[in-house]
Amino acid sequence: MPKRSDIKKILVIGSGPIVIGQACEFDYSGTQACKVLRAEGYQVVLVNSNPATIMTDPELADRTYIEPLTPEFVEAIILEERPDALLPTVGGQTALNLAVALSEKGVLDRQGVELIGAQIKSIRVGEDRLLFKEAMREIGLETPRSGVAYDFKEARQIVREVGYPAIIRPSFTLGGTGGGIAYNAEEFEQLAKRGLDLSPAHEILIEESVIGWKEFELEVMRDLKDNVVVICSIENFDPMGVHTGDSITVAPVQTLTDKEYQFMRNAAMRIIRKVGVETGGSNIQFAVNPRDGRLVVIEMNPRVSRSSALASKATGFPIAKIAAKLAVGLTLDEIPNDITLKTPACFEPTIDYVVTKIPKWAFEKFPEAEPLLGTQMKSVGEVMAIGRTFKESLLKALRSLETGRKVGSQKLDPEQIREKLVVPNPDRLLYLRFAFERGISVEEAHQYTRIDPWFLQQVREVSQLSAGLRGTDLGEISPPQLRQAKRLGFSDQYLAWLTDSTASEVHQRRQSLELRPVYKRVDTCAAEFESFTPYLYSTYEQQCEAEPSERRKIVILGSGPNRIGQGIEFDYCCCHASFALKEDGFETIMVNCNPETVSTDYDTSDRLYFEPLTLEDVMHVVEREQPEGVIVQFGGQTPLTLALPLQRAGVPIIGTSPESIDLAEDRKRFGRLLTGMGIPQPPSGTATSFAEAAAIAERIGYPILVRPSYVLGGRAMVIVHDNQSLERYISEAVGVSQDRPILIDKFLEDAFEVDVDAVADGRRVVIGGIMEHIEEAGIHSGDSSCVLPTYMVKPEHLETMRDYTRRLALELRVVGLMNVQYAIKEDVVYVLEVNPRASRTVPFVSKATGVPLAKLAVRLMTGRKLEEFGLEDELPVNDFFVKSPVFPFLKFPGVDTILGPEMKSTGEVMGVSDNFGQAYAKAQLSAGSVLPRSGTAFISVNDQDKPNVLPIARRLHDLGFRLIATGGTRETLAGQGIRVESVYKVNEGRPHVVDLIKSGQVDLILNTPLGKDSFFDERAIRRAAVQHNVPCITTLSGGAAVASGISALQQNRRDVRALQEYHRNDE
Amino acid sequence: MEAVLALEDGVVFEGRSIGARGETFGEVVFNTSLTGYQEILTDPSYAGQIVVLTYPLIGNYGVNSEDEESRRPFAEGLVVREATDSGDHWRLDSTLPDYLETHGIVAIDQIDTRALVRHIRRQGAMRAAIASGEVDRKLLVERVRQTPEMVGRDLASRVSCRQAYRWGKPSVDIFASQASRHSSKADGAEPPIRLVALDFGIKHNILRLMVDSGFEVTVVPARTGAAQILAMDPDGVFLSNGPGDPEPVAYAIRTARELIGKKPILGICLGHQILGLAVGGRTYKLKFGHHGGNHPVMRMQTGQVEITAQNHGFAVDISSLPESVEVTHVNLNDQTLEGFRHRHAPLFCVQYHPESSPGPHDSRYLFEEFKQVIRQHQGQGGSSFVWQD
Repeated sequence: MPKRSDIKKILVIGSGPIVIGQACEFDYSGTQACKVLRAEGYQVVLVNSNPATIMTDPELADRTYIEPLTPEFVEAIILEERPDALLPTVGGQTALNLAVALSEKGVLDRQGVELIGAQIKSIRVGEDRLLFKEAMREIGLETPRSGVAYDFKEARQIVREVGYPAIIRPSFTLGGTGGGIAYNAEEFEQLAKRGLDLSPAHEILIEESVIGWKEFELEVMRDLKDNVVVICSIENFDPMGVHTGDSITVAPVQTLTDKEYQFMRNAAMRIIRKVGVETGGSNIQFAVNPRDGRLVVIEMNPRVSRSSALASKATGFPIAKIAAKLAVGLTLDEIPNDITLKTPACFEPTIDYVVTKIPKWAFEKFPEAEPLLGTQMKSVGEVMAIGRTFKESLLKALRSLETGRKVGSQKLDPEQIREKLVVPNPDRLLYLRFAFERGISVEEAHQYTRIDPWFLQQVREVSQLSAGLRGTDLGEISPPQLRQAKRLGFSDQYLAWLTDSTASEVHQRRQSLELRPVYKRVDTCAAEFESFTPYLYSTYEQQCEAEPSERRKIVILGSGPNRIGQGIEFDYCCCHASFALKEDGFETIMVNCNPETVSTDYDTSDRLYFEPLTLEDVMHVVEREQPEGVIVQFGGQTPLTLALPLQRAGVPIIGTSPESIDLAEDRKRFGRLLTGMGIPQPPSGTATSFAEAAAIAERIGYPILVRPSYVLGGRAMVIVHDNQSLERYISEAVGVSQDRPILIDKFLEDAFEVDVDAVADGRRVVIGGIMEHIEEAGIHSGDSSCVLPTYMVKPEHLETMRDYTRRLALELRVVGLMNVQYAIKEDVVYVLEVNPRASRTVPFVSKATGVPLAKLAVRLMTGRKLEEFGLEDELPVNDFFVKSPVFPFLKFPGVDTILGPEMKSTGEVMGVSDNFGQAYAKAQLSAGSVLPRSGTAFISVNDQDKPNVLPIARRLHDLGFRLIATGGTRETLAGQGIRVESVYKVNEGRPHVVDLIKSGQVDLILNTPLGKDSFFDERAIRRAAVQHNVPCITTLSGGAAVASGISALQQNRRDVRALQEYHRNDE
Repeated sequence: MEAVLALEDGVVFEGRSIGARGETFGEVVFNTSLTGYQEILTDPSYAGQIVVLTYPLIGNYGVNSEDEESRRPFAEGLVVREATDSGDHWRLDSTLPDYLETHGIVAIDQIDTRALVRHIRRQGAMRAAIASGEVDRKLLVERVRQTPEMVGRDLASRVSCRQAYRWGKPSVDIFASQASRHSSKADGAEPPIRLVALDFGIKHNILRLMVDSGFEVTVVPARTGAAQILAMDPDGVFLSNGPGDPEPVAYAIRTARELIGKKPILGICLGHQILGLAVGGRTYKLKFGHHGGNHPVMRMQTGQVEITAQNHGFAVDISSLPESVEVTHVNLNDQTLEGFRHRHAPLFCVQYHPESSPGPHDSRYLFEEFKQVIRQHQGQGGSSFVWQD
């Protein structure tokens, strides 16, 4: 069928900030959708609150709105733009929920906007457990026994029928938030109540446990002619009981016979038809009883998903892209397969390799949370690897994770191992390998883990080879043995560890045997047709299909799995590097292992190597391709750590030299450099013992900022106020030794912090943006809201920062991007950190200024000069742009929500307006923290903050808020004539403040930390605030911003403006 | 033990011997299905061929008695990247390597099967041998070159049954506990339709699905003539799948020609090619054939696409078809003929495998359609046939 000509303008909704359960896979899908729809001749209007996405690049849509994803703001956009249709299936659950809300409000009907890609009915059936169950019953498919409850009494009745263990799933929450498994009545009560609370519909599903069953997913597509195809089948290594986002998964299905697989495929086809997904992709999950093959349907998502991103990367079939084409009426047989060019997209990809995905968790960031896995997703990212065998892909995926852990370095008794196998946890695979090395049988391992014996047998084969090689001299390993180890997926480094040699010795040995990997293509068709797309993976076989070109080419190293502190922002930079270099005529070659990203779309670069970002794997690519240069400064820490080793191996690193990058990271040398330049820095020192640390603290004075020297990204960094805490930190948290010194800085209390992004060509420097942190010093810059332009920094300090930034860029001979962090205290500007590389704020600044900094930087790195681009010394910003972080606390019950020097946020949003208050209010709204317009504000601040809280309290009072406070704060405020009521602290009597929060009587909390004594009180407050979604501000500057925001909200403005509009005004 | 795969053009791959020891010869072809290695091995259409499976891990779920597509494996040999030890699948009877050994199938693994597939894609299907142990490679290649080519060989009579037999087994419900299977099972109320199936290498799943649809099936040897069949007075005649080149199966082409218009006829795969020749079309050898479970076929009547299972090295030339037939199905990958029907006689046939074991079940409506055609034919009392679309 031809594409529709009755619609011209399509609104696409993105998925908002990166959160656990909804990550950059939706940037990938949204970007594809926008590209395709425009290529088909439609006008695209995009809305997304996340500035760090490729999809919000102004070039990708006709009109780009970075606005809150709320029904009110999207309605305002609809009124402004008058789109004909709305595509809600590429923006995750967020977009689907928003579409439902807009439909329920009557907005879509009133404005004549047609939903394409999914109908409200299908969204409901897909999401409403009861409707879904009924729909499955009607088509003769089984679902686990279950019931839906709207209150606890109903819940208790249902669990009597379902039995224990029972699974509790709240409806309409992301990534299964608030779900869990109850093994007894006590746990059940806790989980059921929390689930009822968390579900926007106050609805939970209580379900028969199919824990331990095999788990499968099918990615299915359907078009308007009712053609249905299965794009990819996925089998979970971890059986039912672990959220699929937290499971190791494998494509294609490994352990089903054709009869079982076809039964599942038939079921999937019936489901997509029954649910009524007319066009597009759906993800359907099944559980299979390993004893008799009984199949039950678990759930279906009538939209593209994390799994469909994985499936697209796993097969080379771009699901989101095709889904967008189907949404406008094209049919599968009309769309050509990108890779073969000659065959249509109406087929089922077949693959001749094995794909393994392993999630990456961040439990180290939340030490109070138990590192256990269940039905609620907790991972923050994932890696994918491709190999010709399961073993090879598994080991490649493991080394892509960058966890650096090795099997066998632990000392564990059998009981401990058993426990680690029985209870799903992030390291279960590691323990499994360990257990197999110790001689455990497949049967026993299956008893503990319920993992399919086929997978266990595969893991056992890896362990057996490890055990066989361990302690052998490298020279004694025969060439066939070495070949076998490499074919199995062992890295040089792992072999070195097994044989007590070095990776470079293993490498040399391999070179002498000419044992090198070849590259094979991902082509959707197992080589049945010629492939025109160089999407490659390495393996140890005979024939190489890389076929490198003779063009001028640059290799870009990506950023690997998403994690807290290294996320989508870096993928954005890598993609931009690729786009700009392509425009400049280079062949671009991307190396990355994160299946969620735009960078691993085979469309993004000329060539894609889906490979781990280790020295060995990158060197192999470089040796095969012989590029003119390699870019390491855009992918965050992962490629940076490779900079010096690559350079030593003779690889040309373009842009700022690895020596400069290293210098900026070496605190001693860098400190000397700053001193020589006359630039102030906080006093600091390095200690290798507690005594030394105490002496340094004595010299520079408390409070101090301490951190281990061997971790990056704010890991284990804390602020310490006294000797006692310092001792505890060292003895309990990190330890200290000659090899593992700790770094100590004077902590500049109450300082303002400022981030500066700049680009330089070695001669000239252009300042991209000067951003003022809204939260005060001591909170990781990634966790702090910030505003561009600054609104409270004195002009002379701005001038000082400009001067320092320029001088530092020239001194470090920066070619490309640079980020400097400053602190201003008592009219002194201190340099906290210089990072001569892409920073987290590059996409934000690019969106705010309309100048794509990463593209500019990469052009400078290939030798072009700033003067070509006609930029001023500092990019102008005309409106207020606020960036706010988004936190995963909801996923980690019991974890304290206080912010500190260790980054904890997973994503960010941007709020834009012509005044700071409104921009801040929009950012907060986008971050999911709804500022109240009126109501009761609870204020409790520490002694230092007491004098400064007055103007904020007064302002809140003037805005109509009723103020309540505990003890000292109340006295302070009352003493200044502000009307404030008293409330009990938790241990003083009832109802106390937490009771009030829980009963919905508090709308805003301003609570700055009071120190150890009231620690538990505060924790309870913050915990309750998170659960009841009451904004909880822990700093005064945050409080002031909130007051401005509320003031703006009260004016009830829904100003929406397209990015294209902002930047047109700049010209 | 080591083994080699030697191709007629002199290319030799080294690997590891799995299954039976010794040597085997045949035409090497690749199959792109992700599942169903046991069904593939036991498909008689693979007689004379060594099968390369493109999916690298083969053996994961072992073998079982229900997935046999004929009385024994017919493939001459098997080439895979890695033969894996099976886990403990609930349907498992034996491991794949044991099964291969029991049935004397010579096989090889640890081969760069993708390199092999690309070679075949470029050079075309070719003769080959697998040999285990110490091998004189040059001599082996020489011997490969002396084996007969596929073109011109009648393999159907080699794999066909020797005597007629009744087939009464329906599909196996592997999930016996599951209530929701097989809505199309014969309910006993309708009288059975008597079918004669000409066996050129028939797959059991065709027979099972025929029974499921309410047919009473008698399987007869490939050389059974039209007169004999008419003497049995069946309600319909089925021409089965089978190995190799249709042209040398001249006796069957003659039989088919004599039956057209007299009895409703359905043909699958080789049966389709025989009917193509019987109506006056031409057949030719494809470069490397269609073997897999993901081939898109458009059903011309509806414009819808079926994902089909395929296994053929020869095809009917779409441009050679006479006016008397119309094209019903076309392969979207290469626009080759996938099905046609006679304009005035109750005859239709498809090149692909609607019984699809292994493969998708998208095309199983054809068995019901055949039943309807027969009923309609019966209703019209043998007068000129008009399709009711």
